[in-house]
Amino acid sequence: MSASGPPGPEDTELVPGQGDRRSRILGRPNRPDRPRAEGRRAVLIAVASTIVFLAVAVVVIVNSAGWPQVKQSFFNGTQFRESLPDIARAFLVNVRLFVIAEAFILVLALFVAVLRSLPGPVFFPIRVMAVVYTDLFRGIPTVLVVYTLGFGVPALQLEGVPTSPFFWAVVSLVLVYTAYVAEVYRAGIESVHPSQLAAARSLGLSRWKAMRFVILPQAIRRVVPPLLNDFIGLQKDTALVASIGVVEAFRQAQIDSAATFNFTPFLAAAMLFVLVTIPLARFTDWLILRGRRRREMGGVG
Amino acid sequence: MSVGSNGHALRVDGIRKSFGALEVLRGIDLDVREHEVVCLIGASGSGKSTFLRCINLLEEVDAGRIFIEGEEITAGGVDVNRIRQRIGIVFQAFNLFPHMSVLRNVTLGPVEALGMSRTQAEAAADELLGRFGLLDKRDDYPDRLSGGQQQRVAIVRALAMRPDVMLLDEVTSALDPELVAEVLNVIRELASSGMTMVIATHEMGFARDIANRVCFLDGGVILEQGPPDRIFSSPEHERTRRFLQSIIDAGRM
Repeated sequence: MSASGPPGPEDTELVPGQGDRRSRILGRPNRPDRPRAEGRRAVLIAVASTIVFLAVAVVVIVNSAGWPQVKQSFFNGTQFRESLPDIARAFLVNVRLFVIAEAFILVLALFVAVLRSLPGPVFFPIRVMAVVYTDLFRGIPTVLVVYTLGFGVPALQLEGVPTSPFFWAVVSLVLVYTAYVAEVYRAGIESVHPSQLAAARSLGLSRWKAMRFVILPQAIRRVVPPLLNDFIGLQKDTALVASIGVVEAFRQAQIDSAATFNFTPFLAAAMLFVLVTIPLARFTDWLILRGRRRREMGGVG
Repeated sequence: MSVGSNGHALRVDGIRKSFGALEVLRGIDLDVREHEVVCLIGASGSGKSTFLRCINLLEEVDAGRIFIEGEEITAGGVDVNRIRQRIGIVFQAFNLFPHMSVLRNVTLGPVEALGMSRTQAEAAADELLGRFGLLDKRDDYPDRLSGGQQQRVAIVRALAMRPDVMLLDEVTSALDPELVAEVLNVIRELASSGMTMVIATHEMGFARDIANRVCFLDGGVILEQGPPDRIFSSPEHERTRRFLQSIIDAGRM
């Protein structure tokens, strides 16, 4: 139980089942009092079973009938070395895309979430607009949004409206991901116990100040892990903007592959994405674990 | 004291409140003089908390009127934030802000609602924290404090707004028995300093001790009220007698 209030929704895990990854991977319950030797034995078993599993998988794949061809077209070392610099350069476009988009997403989504939690009948139209927006952009496949905006808006030939595919790529990603992230923020806002709002309002703080000083700081702290999760999703989805001609890692891989009839460039592109997302995924897990430990430590007094 | 309040810090006139089909308050009248301490007793669900939340405008009344120092606060168009600044409330579950230090908990209201400068607010907070033996906790976060300390901080947080009236909603009910005394002592000190208070409580001994008047709430009305000695020794109503008997049977008086 949290020390400053009754047990309530604030104690619920926002991301279920993402707790102690190590103990989950090792397939044993999280019991800190477990004797050391037994823990070491569990690690040994895990390592051994992993090695056996991988060995079997490698043997099966390498001995399959089509392996020589697959190896030639997907795992070509020369091709990899030749295309990697190009693709890495193009990957910087992905990085620019997701960094710029994320900056907008984090701010706009918070705005949408706050709008959606406005109370009272006066704000009904605003709430409806927020709901319609989130429903719409969570429902439409990202690639369709990219296509429609990336080709459609420049085709209107409006004075002063940018025609650059990069610009519309950022806009598309921002529109789609803001809808998701707004929901994450909203879950965070709703997870803060109503008694916190009551306490803030009882001091004579306006609704906005109660939100700013009391609700949002607690809400945002709780949703950092799911926010990072969506950020990982965004990073991968930057590949979708290849469809409107932005030369990023995936598009560059397509170009290289089309020139050589070899698929190894895709592997190089995939590797670059993974190199960025894995550290972030580990960081997210670490944050979740730390949050859980803090909760367990809190409330002793 | 403003003109027209006739020495009444708080006047409640026939307030009613329903939640859906459940009528929690069915016409409550109460006058509280300045410096008076009124204790509300009654079974759980008798409407004590709802009553206090209505006075603080955390719940909107369905009917009836409430006056603070002669000013009607239930009238349309009143600035609820300004009204709440004059009425301190302390909750059963403390409701401290867990992401803020004790000092920041106490200064948030004065700085953000009253527009006090931070230095000024912190000086005032230090003085209050010192008065209630909490000065060494000023930089701690609420989860480092015991329940009793947290509730004392919550009282200080409400006091920092320099309210005209304090409302205490079963402030010791969530505490371990050994922590109750420290909080009750704080309230005693407040009473002796002349603070006007309305206290919902299950601590009958404390109510008898501190109250100028005790009100027994039952079924959403004040069934009986009077000086603590009379209410506790010769209650008029059968229901009051039964309630007090159940408290005695539970060994809590």
